[in-house]
Amino acid sequence: MAKLHISTTINGEPIEFLCDPPQTMLEVLRDQLGLTGSKEGCGSGDCGACSITVDGRLVCSCLMLAAEAEGHRLETIEGMARGDQLHPLQKKFVELAALQCGICTPGFLVASKALLDRNPNPTETEVRYWLAGNLCRCTGYDKIIRAVMEVAADMRETAR
Amino acid sequence: MNNIQYVAPQSIDEAVAAMAAANGTGRVLAGGTDLLIQMRAGVVSPGIIVDVKKIVEMTTIDETSGGYRIGAAVSGAVIGEHARLKKAWPGVVEAINLIGSKQIQGRASAGGNLCNASPAADSVPALVAAGAIVTVQGPKGRRDVPVEKIHAGPGRTTLQPGEIVVSFTLPARPAGSSDAYLRLIPRTEMDIAVVGCGVSLTIQNGTCTAARVGLGAVAPTVLLVEDAAKALAGSRLDDKALEAAAAACRAACKPINDKRGTIAYRTKIAGVLLKRAAGIAAERAGRK
Amino acid sequence: MSSQPYKWIGTRPNRPDGADKVTGRARFGADFNMPGQLIGKVLRSPHAHAVIRSIDTSAAEALPGVKAVVTAKDFPEQPNVIVPTGEMQVNLRDVTRNIMAREKALYEGHAVAAVAATTEAIAREALSLIRVEYEVLPHVIDVEEAMRDDAPVLHDHLRTEGVKPEPQKASNIAKRMENIKGDVAAGFKQAEIVIERSFTTQPVHQGYIEPHATLASAAEDGQVQIWSTTQGHFQVRGFCSRLLNIETSQIRVTPSEIGGGFGGKTVVYLEPVAVRLSQKTGKPVKMVMSREEVFRASGPAPGGSVKVKIGARRDGRIVAAECTIALQAGAFPGSPIGPACWTSFACYDIDNIQVIGYDVVSNRPKVAAYRAPGAPISAWGVESALDILAQELGMDPIDLRLKNAAKKGTKTSYGPTFDTIGFVETLEAAKNSAHYKSPVKPGYTRGVAAGFWFNVGADSSAAAHVAEDGTVTVISGNPDIGGSRASLALMAAEELGVDYEKVRPVIADTSSIGFNFVTGGSRVTFATGLAVVNAVKDMIRELKGRAAKTWGVDPEAVVWENGMARPAGSNVGEFDPLSLAQLAASAGKTGGPINGHAQLNVQGAGPGFGVHVVDLAVDRDTGIVTIDRYTAAQDVGTAIHPSYVEGQLQGGVVQGIGWALNEEYIYNSKGKLDNPGFLDYRMPVASDLPMIETILVEVANPSHPYGVRGVGEVPIVPPLATVGNAIARATGVRMTDLPMSPPKLSAALDAATPRMAAE
Repeated sequence: MAKLHISTTINGEPIEFLCDPPQTMLEVLRDQLGLTGSKEGCGSGDCGACSITVDGRLVCSCLMLAAEAEGHRLETIEGMARGDQLHPLQKKFVELAALQCGICTPGFLVASKALLDRNPNPTETEVRYWLAGNLCRCTGYDKIIRAVMEVAADMRETAR
Repeated sequence: MNNIQYVAPQSIDEAVAAMAAANGTGRVLAGGTDLLIQMRAGVVSPGIIVDVKKIVEMTTIDETSGGYRIGAAVSGAVIGEHARLKKAWPGVVEAINLIGSKQIQGRASAGGNLCNASPAADSVPALVAAGAIVTVQGPKGRRDVPVEKIHAGPGRTTLQPGEIVVSFTLPARPAGSSDAYLRLIPRTEMDIAVVGCGVSLTIQNGTCTAARVGLGAVAPTVLLVEDAAKALAGSRLDDKALEAAAAACRAACKPINDKRGTIAYRTKIAGVLLKRAAGIAAERAGRK
Repeated sequence: MSSQPYKWIGTRPNRPDGADKVTGRARFGADFNMPGQLIGKVLRSPHAHAVIRSIDTSAAEALPGVKAVVTAKDFPEQPNVIVPTGEMQVNLRDVTRNIMAREKALYEGHAVAAVAATTEAIAREALSLIRVEYEVLPHVIDVEEAMRDDAPVLHDHLRTEGVKPEPQKASNIAKRMENIKGDVAAGFKQAEIVIERSFTTQPVHQGYIEPHATLASAAEDGQVQIWSTTQGHFQVRGFCSRLLNIETSQIRVTPSEIGGGFGGKTVVYLEPVAVRLSQKTGKPVKMVMSREEVFRASGPAPGGSVKVKIGARRDGRIVAAECTIALQAGAFPGSPIGPACWTSFACYDIDNIQVIGYDVVSNRPKVAAYRAPGAPISAWGVESALDILAQELGMDPIDLRLKNAAKKGTKTSYGPTFDTIGFVETLEAAKNSAHYKSPVKPGYTRGVAAGFWFNVGADSSAAAHVAEDGTVTVISGNPDIGGSRASLALMAAEELGVDYEKVRPVIADTSSIGFNFVTGGSRVTFATGLAVVNAVKDMIRELKGRAAKTWGVDPEAVVWENGMARPAGSNVGEFDPLSLAQLAASAGKTGGPINGHAQLNVQGAGPGFGVHVVDLAVDRDTGIVTIDRYTAAQDVGTAIHPSYVEGQLQGGVVQGIGWALNEEYIYNSKGKLDNPGFLDYRMPVASDLPMIETILVEVANPSHPYGVRGVGEVPIVPPLATVGNAIARATGVRMTDLPMSPPKLSAALDAATPRMAAE
């Protein structure tokens, strides 16, 4: 099986890699590129722990072939903090204890950022439905939803 | 899985040629949200994966003399952001937008949902109700097919070897028309429809002048329920007409007992959803 | 809520591992790799019950890239005896058969062979080349069917324990147990009203988002290193030692960050197999389960049946209570039947109680612990029956429970007499809550239920080290599954009188700290917390000695206050206080490094009680239940880090809601699991839920210096009946079988109103 040569951009950095045609983006991120922040919880798109964005669009990296990354811009959890500054969502998740075990947290953060990038003023219902593709078994979602709502409010305040 | 190939052609002709050359082992990759799961489970092992997302015609939405042409590989998220399409066909858009999570929406397409040929596919009952026409291209050229003619049974379609679904065309519609799609799932999100029901209506002066009803997950294929449409058309969507249409939906059901629902439950819910979806479609139509 | 005598305890600082966990830096089970590692994969039985006639691995072994194949032959036989393995009571005969099937495959998904290969793709291909000859046997899934005389027998050697005379015939009933208080027959004679009902539940999975994963490296000199996602790395060490005949100290297990466990990661599946493959190949071997494997082969919680009979006087006083519980153990004996029995009536002060329990094997994966193991099942029955009683008496359901509530001095049916407990306070908190006092919205109804869990102490070790600059490291040996690092650091900071930020908690591997029992039973903040407090006390004793030496006074003349050594009084002499930094700087001259240690078998875990209130709506046409408002009140002892205490309550509630409404194992007629994925094993998603309100009732545990009680288990106990009781009050239909999923609830509603069904 001939390897494919893929040129892409991940977290702002140009990246090249070789992959087999059936390899998923998640496998390449984790096993070849050392970006293990994206997690595999199911491999079937049901848990959201592998969430990344592709050209700003939220996707499950377990349901994307690595070959499809050619020419696109990918963002993973590893690219969310800027230098030594956590993203406001990352900060708020820690402050409000919006994580217990933390395995789902990268996926929730990537998904929440994708929401706030589109909709800076979501209702609680909108947040809950946007994040319905991210499973959390520890928190009952309460503190996660609160964290996202508070960050949205803070960011609106800052933008004013 | 050993000699699998991946190609991303720029044109439909190339894609069709690649599929034809694969002798039945080719698989079209649009969003991949079904294909990758099936590959992982070992259900399918394609010889070649034909990624169609570089083909402009399959990844764009056009307005065509009052109607719309939706590329088969356009993602749910992009469809959901198309304000005019959403206004014209809210039921079709909400049905496509119910396929999976926001993550799935970032990739999943109506073309993939149709070709996966699940009787529970969310977009299909709404497209059936909408009277969508599917444009198909294969080695022998192009043809247009009513969407309800595509499914042949669970996992099976009437597509010929090498044929690719290119786009869906939604017709122009008269004033006072709208549509709605409802499905029943045990949770509020992330489930496969236990029953899905799409209703498209035209209402003039309080009377329903035209109706189409699509039902999903109650038979081996998504159904066009003409008897339900007949019960609605000509009525003022009063309780009697709605109950007659619901009865027609129940009568059309040929469901199975499985992990998602029972025969009795699916049959009952088909009627419940018909009434509710018709109510929403009528309310929307009245606003236009 | 309590008056706050503490500086750090009860505050909500950022967790020490927060930044790692929001950046993707934290390393979970599947994130560990070693140079030259192989990938291990398991071949699993497609049959629910089958004799394994033969296994031919030759074709797999011949595949290029395959380095080893193991079957049960590669694991030594173990005796049919229950032994302590790292303090856990297990039958090693069964454990070795669960990690690798021997004579028979006992459930679909049962491991029958494993391979190690250079890539995952080769490993998968190798599995397809292993030829297993099965003789398929009749199987039994349902617990009631498994108890019948004519049921297919799983284990020919199994005789029902606890029955006199000892049975001669093999049975699927592994054990019968009973606990009795007073005289139920006499008690029922006093009853003016008797409620009697039967209830069932289906198996549910813990549903941790991180699949089981391990990396094992066995060196040529016999030393073994294991990285594993586990709730108990000492248990991993103990099991691997026993199952592979390796001396315990030769094995070093490092726990990864753990992506949820809820009890399901207290046992081993992959680790002994990975070690064996590593021994055979001389290479590190990494193994990660797929989600499907997690569902098919790792422990769910049991399903079961509960028959309840409660007798009361018209004033609501319960005079007798009886229940019979049968739990599915899975393929091997060992369901949580004990806790299910003991917790059943533990909330109530009842003179006459009889509880009978059965532990039953069937062709399902061996059950594992799941949050308050067994308790939600018996509470589902008992708390539903109490709700029926309240309805029939026309009593407020909280008042009925208040009338019968256990308090300090109440003797339980299983032996102990309660010390200070907070059930009455918790009931009152629920009754006085904004939620309970608010009117129920039109279209909604309200349900109430209670729950109990013992909480656990057991073995813990801890150490505290003063660094050269006077900052402090606290070392413990329990994986942090939900913020326990923060709780331990808070208690250490409080005890030491220094800033929380100056205390860094670390979780050590099995070779770097003394033994610790599993992270489970809601014991870590309580028991390991006590070990940490004692280690800090030990370190303070040393610090006082160093100050005494510096000042040339007796150690007894030194006190430790606000992180400083001070003279105990003016008679000791005029000395400036010595800070931790100062004492650390001079440590080389006063006796060397300053450390503290503690090792304990902790007793006195304070039981916890929860009272839950829900408002929900039932869509009568579809059977869909919508939760509008949910409040959980619980006696939590002292809330060390209230955010994580609230989080435990909220998480437990939502797991309980899932158990109540949609989660279940669905088997087909061949005994194969039909829903081994998150698509059809329906755990609650964010849009299914409202915010979960919590009321922390802080009744201090007298057996802990900071009053800690375990909090994690209790909140999963009440929700099943809380939801069921609200549904019964909404619809007039009492659901007795879980889950109350839309098709089932709809069918029950239709059955109750035949006119609608006939439509």
